[in-house]
Amino acid sequence: MDSNPNTLQIAVKPEFPDAAAGSVRQDFAERGVKTESVRSARKTVFDFGLSESELKNLEAELTDPVTEFSAVNKPVNPGDFDFMVEVSRKPGVSDPEGRTAKEIAETVTGREANGKAYTSRQFFVKGANAEDLQRAAVAMLANPLIEDVQIRDYRTWDRRTGLDTLPKMATANGIRVGYIDLNVDDNALMEISTKGQLSLNLREMHRAGAEYQRTDFAEERRLLGLRPMPTDVELEVVAQTWSEHCKHKIFNAAVRYVDKETGQAFGVDSIFRTFIKDTTEELAKTDKWKDVLVSVFKDNAGIVKFNGTHNALMKVETHNSPSAKDPYGGALTGVNGCHRDIMGAGIGAELIASTDVLCFGNPDYGGYLPPTILHPDRVRKGVFKGIEHAGNKTGIPTVNGSVFFHDSFLGKPLVFCGSVGMMPAEINGRRTDEKSIEPGYLAVMVGGRVGKDGIHGATFSSGTLTETSPSSAVQIGDPIVQKRAYDFLIEARNRGLYEAITDNGAGGLSSSLGEMAQISGGCEIYLDKVPLKYEGMQPWEIMISESQERMSVAVKPEKIKEFEELSRKYRVESAVVGKFTASGKFHATYGDEVVAHLDMDFLHNGVPKMELEAEWQRIMHNDDPVIANDYDLTAELASILARPNIASKERLVRKFDHEVQGGSVGKPFVGVNNDGPADAAVIRPFLDSDEGIILSHGVNPLYGQVDTYHMTANAIDEAIRGVIAVGGDMDRIVFNDNFCWPSPLEDKKKMAQLVRANMALRDYCLEYETPCISGKDSMTIDTTYTGQNGEKQKISGLPTVLISAMAKMADVRNYVSMDAKKAGDIVYVLGATKDEMGGSEFYGMHGAIGDSVPVVDAKSAKALYRSVSDATRKGLVASMHDVSQGGLGVALAETAFAGGYGMDADLSRLRAQGVDKNYKAMFSESAGRFVVTVDPAKADEFEQTLGNDQYARIGRVTSGDGFYVRGLDGQTAVAASIHELKGAWQSRFGWN
Amino acid sequence: MKALILTGNGLNTEKELDYSLRAAGAKTRITTLYELLDGDVDLEDFQMLALCGGFSDGDDLGAGVATAKRLGKAGDEMRRFFERDTLTYGVCNGFQILIKMGAFSSGAQRDATLTYNDSGFFYDGWVRLRVNPDSRCVFTKDLDGLYLPVRHGEGKFVTRDDEALQRLRANGQVAIQYVDRNGRVAAKFPDNPNGSVDAIAGICDTTGRIFGTMPHFEAYNHPTNNPQYTRLKRNLGELADGMEPDGIKLFRNAVAYFK
Repeated sequence: MDSNPNTLQIAVKPEFPDAAAGSVRQDFAERGVKTESVRSARKTVFDFGLSESELKNLEAELTDPVTEFSAVNKPVNPGDFDFMVEVSRKPGVSDPEGRTAKEIAETVTGREANGKAYTSRQFFVKGANAEDLQRAAVAMLANPLIEDVQIRDYRTWDRRTGLDTLPKMATANGIRVGYIDLNVDDNALMEISTKGQLSLNLREMHRAGAEYQRTDFAEERRLLGLRPMPTDVELEVVAQTWSEHCKHKIFNAAVRYVDKETGQAFGVDSIFRTFIKDTTEELAKTDKWKDVLVSVFKDNAGIVKFNGTHNALMKVETHNSPSAKDPYGGALTGVNGCHRDIMGAGIGAELIASTDVLCFGNPDYGGYLPPTILHPDRVRKGVFKGIEHAGNKTGIPTVNGSVFFHDSFLGKPLVFCGSVGMMPAEINGRRTDEKSIEPGYLAVMVGGRVGKDGIHGATFSSGTLTETSPSSAVQIGDPIVQKRAYDFLIEARNRGLYEAITDNGAGGLSSSLGEMAQISGGCEIYLDKVPLKYEGMQPWEIMISESQERMSVAVKPEKIKEFEELSRKYRVESAVVGKFTASGKFHATYGDEVVAHLDMDFLHNGVPKMELEAEWQRIMHNDDPVIANDYDLTAELASILARPNIASKERLVRKFDHEVQGGSVGKPFVGVNNDGPADAAVIRPFLDSDEGIILSHGVNPLYGQVDTYHMTANAIDEAIRGVIAVGGDMDRIVFNDNFCWPSPLEDKKKMAQLVRANMALRDYCLEYETPCISGKDSMTIDTTYTGQNGEKQKISGLPTVLISAMAKMADVRNYVSMDAKKAGDIVYVLGATKDEMGGSEFYGMHGAIGDSVPVVDAKSAKALYRSVSDATRKGLVASMHDVSQGGLGVALAETAFAGGYGMDADLSRLRAQGVDKNYKAMFSESAGRFVVTVDPAKADEFEQTLGNDQYARIGRVTSGDGFYVRGLDGQTAVAASIHELKGAWQSRFGWN
Repeated sequence: MKALILTGNGLNTEKELDYSLRAAGAKTRITTLYELLDGDVDLEDFQMLALCGGFSDGDDLGAGVATAKRLGKAGDEMRRFFERDTLTYGVCNGFQILIKMGAFSSGAQRDATLTYNDSGFFYDGWVRLRVNPDSRCVFTKDLDGLYLPVRHGEGKFVTRDDEALQRLRANGQVAIQYVDRNGRVAAKFPDNPNGSVDAIAGICDTTGRIFGTMPHFEAYNHPTNNPQYTRLKRNLGELADGMEPDGIKLFRNAVAYFK
């Protein structure tokens, strides 16, 4: 048997199109690199012994006899080429295909392989030069943080010689636990924090140091063989646990708020408690919610009652910093990480849907970018690919989302990943929303192995992104490993084989076991028992690595055998890595050596409270544009429809599977050709029932440029409108709140914006009776870099609040889509149109921000939403569309062209206040409005259901393709064909 | 009729396949690949085998390739099952696995496969289909004018050569084809979502008892799954709720086969 590495290369036969090569050729062309032809090959190196016949057998199994050809231990001959470009992974980077190749080799040989398999991609290019190819490959194909590119010239490449170096991890030189002396001056302390990527501030460093000055603690440590200063393991555990990412120090800070405008001043002890948690608790006392809110703000996801037997769960996370560094890996692990929040809530839930809201720099940004910042179009492509693989490969439908473009997101994109779950309220007589951990239960790690990927993710994402931010913080995911673990854990849950579960995300084992240990009162972790991807990891690395696809569970000792047997059945790795105790200590060993011994109370409650200043002073923009041509808005309408924030994202989104699990009702795109923009998703979680779940969201950072209070109010109203528009009602809407903010630590204005956003959250949640059940903040969406002239630059994302709504729908057969359904149907606009152009897309198109943002009148909106729901429940509504970005003009046009019908509308019939121009009537983004079409035979009943002051009949659906809007003065203000408008709307984004 | 639904290892449509089969009158059991390989479940106990869609082994190394190889360990048992008077349905990844196991081939050499979509990307959208009246397929008997979702990146059906395609036609193996709005066999995206030769969306073996499709019958199991549901409702009213979904119709044929 040959123990040398063996190489298998597989390529597509010349007579078949090579799809992989085709898209690379297109990528190259986008970078101005023209090629005559590109062909591709997949290379697998088996770095373990295989006999010649085994190798032949593997070759036959892995090569498609119809479309592919292959070669062993020599390159495939792809025909004429000038250069071969090979993209391979750097050492230590996960290689899912390599893992599968190894498993298949083991299946073929019937024995365990004693090495790894490595895969790479090769592209054979004719007609370009090496320099251009290198540049294009790095720009489009490979991420230098995690991948290597090698280019071989056909003329000089000796294709017979041996193999290139394999990306093996070098074995480290011995295991070592270090001590860090914190008895040093402040400068030295901060250097320890910065150099160690701990992201701890000076007060926190002092607090950590003080812990080791306690004499009783020093004596306790002496007996364990520990010195009176932190080990590297301990300091890392403290840094992870105290990170902004894990502890939300800003949301828990003591804040002094001053409103310079009104003179109002007050103190807030924890924004989170005051405005979010207390609001939910107030609502939880009301009859409407008291039996519905099952578990809020205490677990990985919020849990609410769905029906008599089941609870529904929701969580929305962000993964901004990793997605800036590696868009594909960052988004993929963001989505799969949020899935683990659902898997790790209570004793674990089934996943039924994903949502994604994304903010990027403008796709056609043409300004300067430093080498450390990827172009927003590249970021967008990578993020979409990551979401596609994360959702599709785990069988969870991606059903709702949106994309927002603004150049403030050039440095860090915002990647909001939402997950929705469902769990039986009880299993075997036990409540599923509660975790139970008694001393003596075993701590078991399930799923992937631990590697050096994802070290310092929690602390890294808690800070400003700089040019030296660590690449080790990037994690690469392997969704199938997680899918297998998920299938196993659901079965284990149903059999009652474990008592508690949580996910391994930020902070790795230090966070997951540290948090679980709070239930029993302590833990012991055996770091040498943790399964590793490769030898030579230091104990502190094992403790905090954020390697993906791992869950931590608590298993009763008497059940561990059955648990492990089932784990083997599902081909999932499980390892006992510790034990829960009541010692009050977070205790870790490596072999015989104690490497961490911390007071649980110090670890979880020791972080000093921050004190922050907030000062609000409204800035007037006074930049309202003059719109000269108010009598013909046809071109304005076509232009606004083509704006990135409005234009169709269908070609981007159809790559996400939104139908898997078989309960798809309200799809992302609807209408006669299934291509109109839906307002919300509707799914039927139980296939034998007509009960549904509605998922929608509201987000618009542009309004925050004027006032984050109204930005938040609008986000809440938009999320609710989405629910109402598809046939839902106000009875059972819950929210997840996400705050992404530029750092308010040394910026009183940004802090004031944060306070104001939270004030609105409280005011509107109380008025609408819609509680937040979970949330997440990401408080440093800033990036620093060196500018063209060597100067320090900073990009800060706009303060952003995302409100994600989940609502129960009693009967999915009441679902309403947004497309006009039949010629002759009456067109209504519900709600009042006001002169509220501030932060509008129309103003953005004219280079302005404005000052009069939409103000949400929740009292009248609530009354309207109630009566609209009555109308949809009675089946009186043929179509309904939420009026949001782009205003009425966009909503009317979308309603018409999605339905394939024309429309006549008259703006003078609107219910309007202070609207003196056609452009205001068309493009103001006043909240609380819908465009509705109704069968004339049902119009009377519809109007009676609504009540007089709620609606305005403004026109008709027509049978042609003409889209006509009459202005306030009775003259034609828009005359276009729906094809022209739809064409503008669809032209912005292609399939690539 | 007792149907065994095979999932696990990245396959993921067991919930809707199970519901659709039950709604059509079958008794079902969901099992994992691992249980089948470990001998915990006996194919002898079942009349139908249904392979789920999904991403077995993450589509690494080509869709269905790795799982087809893994299932090779249960190869004899599966061959005995195919030879008995049983039905087998593979959807999407299940179809890819079946074709890569050689389940549709009459000879030793496999001469058809499913490969990367011409577009180069994964696509989720609904497609129109015609049923080939000359097909031997047991499942599609008396059906026509189907409307179903596809969701795949590797669904382009190709044969080794034209002769192989002619053989499939002559054997009545071509079961369903993608068509355009006017019912004509579709050549172009998105009506033909992947560039399949002859717009082939699903084939059966020469007995008509083994059936593989890229479109997801199991995903159209309720009137509201149809993306045109709200439009049908505007025109037909409550009648729209009474229309039997195409997915359920297909599985009714499977159940009826054993009556």
